[in-house]
Amino acid sequence: MEKALFIIVAVIAVASALNILIQRNPLYSALSLIGTLLSLSVLYLTLRAQFIAAIQIVVYAGAIMVLFVFVIMLLNVPKAQPEVEKQKGLRLLAIPFASVLIAEMFFVLRPIRVLTLPIPSGDPEQAVGTTWSIGTGLFSDYLLPFEVTSVLILMAVVGAMVLARREGD
Amino acid sequence: MTNLLLEWAIKTIVILIILVTAVAYVTLMERKVMAWIQMRVGPNRVGLFGFRLWGLMQPAADGLKMIFKEDIVPIQANRWLYIFAPALSLIPALMTFIVIPYGSEISLFGRTIELHVTRMNVGLLYVLALTSVGVYGIVLAGWSSNNKYSLMGGLRSSAQMISYELALGLSIVCVLLYSGSLDLVEIVNKQSVWLGHMGWNIFRFPLMFVFIIFYIASLAETNRTPFDLPEADSELVAGYHTEYSSMKFVMFQMAEYLNLITASSIATTLFFGGWNGPFVGRLPYLGPVYFVIKVLALIFLAMWIRYTVPRFRYDQLMRFGWKALVPAAIVNIIITSTVILFVA
Repeated sequence: MEKALFIIVAVIAVASALNILIQRNPLYSALSLIGTLLSLSVLYLTLRAQFIAAIQIVVYAGAIMVLFVFVIMLLNVPKAQPEVEKQKGLRLLAIPFASVLIAEMFFVLRPIRVLTLPIPSGDPEQAVGTTWSIGTGLFSDYLLPFEVTSVLILMAVVGAMVLARREGD
Repeated sequence: MTNLLLEWAIKTIVILIILVTAVAYVTLMERKVMAWIQMRVGPNRVGLFGFRLWGLMQPAADGLKMIFKEDIVPIQANRWLYIFAPALSLIPALMTFIVIPYGSEISLFGRTIELHVTRMNVGLLYVLALTSVGVYGIVLAGWSSNNKYSLMGGLRSSAQMISYELALGLSIVCVLLYSGSLDLVEIVNKQSVWLGHMGWNIFRFPLMFVFIIFYIASLAETNRTPFDLPEADSELVAGYHTEYSSMKFVMFQMAEYLNLITASSIATTLFFGGWNGPFVGRLPYLGPVYFVIKVLALIFLAMWIRYTVPRFRYDQLMRFGWKALVPAAIVNIIITSTVILFVA
């Protein structure tokens, strides 16, 4: 049953990911991206990573994509899309970059011969991917990266405020 | 396994039927409470078999009327998104309820049945996730109607919900510090230990102030007055659902009242001990009764606020959310963790 769920959701994820590229209207692309994010979160659930699945929806589908949609609606994109600025150099540059990415993907997938889902074992409360294990991990083994990330985010927030500030405000 | 699946299916269907009926009667309650607060009588004509019954059949009459209304799709509207948007706001509202516990355990037909549809160890995050997905229904409705009032309503709503989600989440953190779990069943169980019904979170020191923040933020999340700017009728005609008619309009109304019921249920679960109450340990059937009483009281509070408090202006709403509620919630997290560290 899990395999069937995996296949259905994976097909939806890939289809909506392709739809992001195919659609001309940026709003439809944004909506397809939301579809991809939601189906990825179901995939996380089948891997027993409930916390990541919930955070995926709350942060990406819920907060970030709402801002995307918000901006697209405010900019009020005209119906007749002007053709994207053609920069021949950039286009040629895309080929080597894309092939490096594809090569990397094959390199990562190389050791996988048979597609199996990991079978969870032990106490379900302490499995990888629950709130408990992620919280404990963040505040013990990964304390320094965690704090550095929070400083980074704080810098971004302060930077955004400085940029958005009007003169004489 | 088959038995378990059957149990889930039955519970889901029963909850669904109860919720949809409850939505119908919350609209009647809204009209009655509004009438009483404004010194009127309210709907009292539609009854059964010639008896008036205080207008108890009013929701059925309203429903029939709405079904037979003409269903209009504006010619300039984005057809598919226009049809899709009401469903997108109704479905998350319905899905939220499966993690809320409404009782402990009862035995029925020789089986022990737990009175919650399902439990997950990220229950509260699941609720927050669905709330944030529900925004899309309103935003897309506003955009796809191709009407500037609708668009303004949708944009206001998305900005408002993102802003107040932050305060909501931060105020929930204080509760989590006490309960140590995101599982709603666990949160309710934690509240039953200390002196029976006095173990409710609302009686703990900083959490009573946290409840005020939580309640204000959840009023904003459910678009209730004083935060009902997305549908401010004096400025935006009706807001995001201006162009909607017939059952599509009803779906938005249903989603709105479902959100109200869900918000009240979450508040009950987090702060008022859920189904806990006197004698509930001996008579587990009392659990759902206490739960419903508490939820109805909170719904009444929301209606009371709606008909006595004027609406905020948009900039006031944003300033209040970011400059008052969010800092207050952060201060409360610090106070709560200090109290837990030094007292408990």
